[in-house]
Amino acid sequence: MRPVFFIPLALFLFFAGLAGYMLVNGRFESVPSHMIDKPLPEFSLPPAVDGLPGASRANFVGGEPKLLNVWASWCLPCIAEAPQLEALKEEGVEVIGIAIRDKPEDVADFLNRYGNPYTRIGADDISQLQIEIGAAGVPETFVIDAQGNIRHQHIGDIRADDVPRLLQILEDVR
Amino acid sequence: MIRLLLIALALVTAPLSAQDTMPPAPYAYTQLEDPALEAKATELMSTLRCLKCQSQAINDSDAPMAGDMRHQVRTKILAGEEPEEIRAWLIDRYGDYVSYQPAVSSTTWPLFAIPVFLILIALFVLLRRLGKRRQEGAA
Repeated sequence: MRPVFFIPLALFLFFAGLAGYMLVNGRFESVPSHMIDKPLPEFSLPPAVDGLPGASRANFVGGEPKLLNVWASWCLPCIAEAPQLEALKEEGVEVIGIAIRDKPEDVADFLNRYGNPYTRIGADDISQLQIEIGAAGVPETFVIDAQGNIRHQHIGDIRADDVPRLLQILEDVR
Repeated sequence: MIRLLLIALALVTAPLSAQDTMPPAPYAYTQLEDPALEAKATELMSTLRCLKCQSQAINDSDAPMAGDMRHQVRTKILAGEEPEEIRAWLIDRYGDYVSYQPAVSSTTWPLFAIPVFLILIALFVLLRRLGKRRQEGAA
């Protein structure tokens, strides 16, 4: 048999091996938003908890760049993220929350336990704004500039070492 | 005794709930009244990816977010939008990734080009062999 006859078999084995490898090692991918550098859509959400106002697009326009934090009281990584949001608030950053599919009493309970970094929280009971801005899960945090444009997306909980990076981005988009 | 206790403990353990307790969006599990519109919506929903459960279509998933996406699709169909407009609206937000409908793009064109190329090679090899055999037969 000439060696050239083994090329198709070798190719087949290579692709079968590759497919097997990807099946075993495939990761659950995070889905980036394609709304970066586009205007934040028009929205108006009712308050998610007693004592804090709801949120709308108008709240992001003017003043300093702000953070839009998509979160929920039922989301575990959001608990891990709470101290970092607190730290950003200490640095003078305004954080506006969007509570996904949440109940007012649960939101209040979460804020009592883990602190309140928010100036406003809008209630997004059917994930409408979440889908509008291309967020695929909770928590996600968006940097919104003073013109109301989405400038950056942070997927997953904000870790301690993400705080300086976010502060830098907030400074850069001023 | 310890074994019994362990079994009892295993039974009372509730799975860690990492999902909300809110009711689903109005059109998450409710079909549109007009069967023609519902058929349109269903066809579209079976080709949109659930982002929380990435190997399922939003039509196949009970994830709350899939329900919320179905609500968006049905509401927009009811408002008279065409399925392809709604697909484009979602692709604007999540990229091609959200759609299961294959599209030719700068990254996917080899998928479409390679089979054509391979068939051409196979045809070429086949014709050459047949030609050779015919020559040998004639000789």
